[in-house]
Amino acid sequence: MIYDASIFAVIIFVMFVIAVLGISKYFASKTKSSAGYYAAGGQIHWAVNGIAFAGDYLSAASFLGICGMIAFFGYDGFLYSIGYLAGWVVALFVVAEPLKKAGKYTFTDALDNRFNSKAIQLMAAISTLIVSVCYLIPQMVGAGALITPLLGMPHYVGVILVGGIVIFIVATAGMASTTYVQFIKGGLLIFFSTVLTISLFVNGYKLKPDANYHEFITLSVASENGQVTSVADGYTIASQNSDLGVVKLNSPESKELWKLQLNGKVLVKAHSTSGIRLDAIIKNGQVTSVSDGYTIVGLDSKTGLVELLAPPVQTWWQLQDEGKTLIEAPSVVVLENGDELYNGAPKSERKFYQVGHMSKIIVDGKEVEETGPLGPFAFLETITNSEVILFTKNVFHDGADKVTVWKHTPTKGERIMRPGLKFHLDENSTGWDKTNFISLMLALFLGTSALPHILIRYYTVPSPKDARKSTIVAIASIGFFYVLTLFMGLGAMTHGVLDLGSSNMSAPLLAKFFGIFLFSCISAIAFATVLGTVSGLIVAASGAVAHDLISNFAGVNLSDANQVKAGKISAVVVGLIAIVLGILFKGMNVSFLVGLAFAVAASANLPAIMMVIFWKKTSAIGVASSIFVGMTTALAIILTSPSMYAQYGLDPLTAPSPLGQPGIISIPLAFITLVVFSLLFPSKDAKPMPN
Amino acid sequence: MAGHGPAADWGEDKASGYKARLGIYLFIVYCVVYAAFVALNTFSPKMMGMIVFSGLNLAVVYGMGLIILAIIMGVIYNQKCTKAEDLMNK
Repeated sequence: MIYDASIFAVIIFVMFVIAVLGISKYFASKTKSSAGYYAAGGQIHWAVNGIAFAGDYLSAASFLGICGMIAFFGYDGFLYSIGYLAGWVVALFVVAEPLKKAGKYTFTDALDNRFNSKAIQLMAAISTLIVSVCYLIPQMVGAGALITPLLGMPHYVGVILVGGIVIFIVATAGMASTTYVQFIKGGLLIFFSTVLTISLFVNGYKLKPDANYHEFITLSVASENGQVTSVADGYTIASQNSDLGVVKLNSPESKELWKLQLNGKVLVKAHSTSGIRLDAIIKNGQVTSVSDGYTIVGLDSKTGLVELLAPPVQTWWQLQDEGKTLIEAPSVVVLENGDELYNGAPKSERKFYQVGHMSKIIVDGKEVEETGPLGPFAFLETITNSEVILFTKNVFHDGADKVTVWKHTPTKGERIMRPGLKFHLDENSTGWDKTNFISLMLALFLGTSALPHILIRYYTVPSPKDARKSTIVAIASIGFFYVLTLFMGLGAMTHGVLDLGSSNMSAPLLAKFFGIFLFSCISAIAFATVLGTVSGLIVAASGAVAHDLISNFAGVNLSDANQVKAGKISAVVVGLIAIVLGILFKGMNVSFLVGLAFAVAASANLPAIMMVIFWKKTSAIGVASSIFVGMTTALAIILTSPSMYAQYGLDPLTAPSPLGQPGIISIPLAFITLVVFSLLFPSKDAKPMPN
Repeated sequence: MAGHGPAADWGEDKASGYKARLGIYLFIVYCVVYAAFVALNTFSPKMMGMIVFSGLNLAVVYGMGLIILAIIMGVIYNQKCTKAEDLMNK
């Protein structure tokens, strides 16, 4: 889709960036020590740290990804919210206080506290780097995706912009500025999401979401055995796919007015800003022929306008009403030469409209046109009793063209509000489908408390008690936000705002439904979400390089000032790598990559963290081997999974691993490895965990 | 350089054993509730569509319940821990 840049959004965005840079400059003047750089001096108030936790955690995947997934798949997207939040229980009850007591700047410190082992320092630092990079890629890709509607710039500009700002933030003041940026962003995100949700309640549901919502054209047809034989209203059949029940039609002939430009060499469409040009051949001051299949109907020498007969536009339609009618279906066609057509026209013609509406609204057993204002329970009850048109994606080949058609699928609300639209869990599902789902829910549950950029936030508060309190603030604020995601996702599903090409834009586009102010604020905050999360990840990654690898593992004796310098140089290098990866991975699924990061973190780090805290016989070799086995197993399963094979452009059925989610295998394997290697190679001089 | 160890010394926390045990108990309780939720979604997705409260189905009530339960258990845990710290670290 094409989005128009909003000047208001640009102003709010620029104001936010200036505020962020101002905060960084302020804290830069105060950050002189390594404790200040890596852990904000350990002096952040627990309440501020709790909201900053929310800022860290509610990344692009949470805000953009989950809302988008709920908007496209209903309740299944909300399962991510539940899993992500449940993970905080592990952090609070098991990890928070012991980790705070045992560590200094990084979670490697805490793991290595009992042993002082080079093997742990190396493996934990590598794991931190891999998890951080896995988490960084989707954030940078998300930044690129957001910058297009916000500022009307290309994807790579967004990635470079985020990378540049974040490198400045981190390389100037480290964890202190990152914390306050996250605090402000986390607070604003929750506030404006609440405003958006209340706006939804006030608006209620309407069959036609708003006056500008696209009117889907229907045509009468004759058909036999699923094959369309004739179409009304001047349309003709170009091709059809009877398996999917879709038909490609040529539009009726239409005449258009064009005008000459550039010394009579090209024609541009009159009364249009699409920018499409046709080459014209002029003889004796008259247009004699035109490119791209257009034919000349008439010329007006006074106005310079040329009347052309347009070649037929080919669009895709869906057979319905037992073969009696066709309804237009949104489509994207990639032609053999690589050109893309959106609903039969180049992207610049803006024919790819937004969708999402209800086909029946049932209130108290009666069908209504609109509900009026609803409370939270009534909002959910109404959609459960009603019917929504979901747009189901179908990809196939039509000759040499690759076609994506989104079919109208009337779906009962009862089906949308229970699991199974995204995850295959119904009676036709296989054992692997169910195993994949369990594996995902396990990784979400255990991944949170193993994410390095989350764990380092325990070192920014003064005491273990503050670490505990800040975790509770985080759970309350993140939990509240995740409840809102269900309303925002369902709102996007039914308010005609969905961009079928990018589910990630559902929440910002829903905000646009309620006005440019809310859209501008939500978009700027979404961008800041990426800024903040990337800052936290780069601090964690730079700590792993400068503190864990250079200082501890390699034993390079750095002064306090040089430790800070090493951290800043590492932040710049990691930031530059993130920019490159963000550009290279354009278009890759954001949620998929975040799920990968959770699975790797849960497999590599969590078994080690839990066993170091709770099992006295845990040894250094046990911890290091557990991290190695958990990390490599998780990565191996993911990289050989059907979903990755599809990303490589290979047949998913030939993927060696039937599992896409590795947690159910890699997490237990990491635990077993730790136990076996700890028993085989005990650490004789291991210290107990600090009390 | 000394790369490891806590950033500050808080003195001995005599309540740490109690807090760790309480944390594990609460963690196990939440694990059981969460595991039952995942099992229901996996093996009885249709049952999750059953209306149970104020027009809301089991999927929504259970899911929201898990989020609210985490918050309530967190608050209880903090109160119990703070009380234990005040009593035992006098």
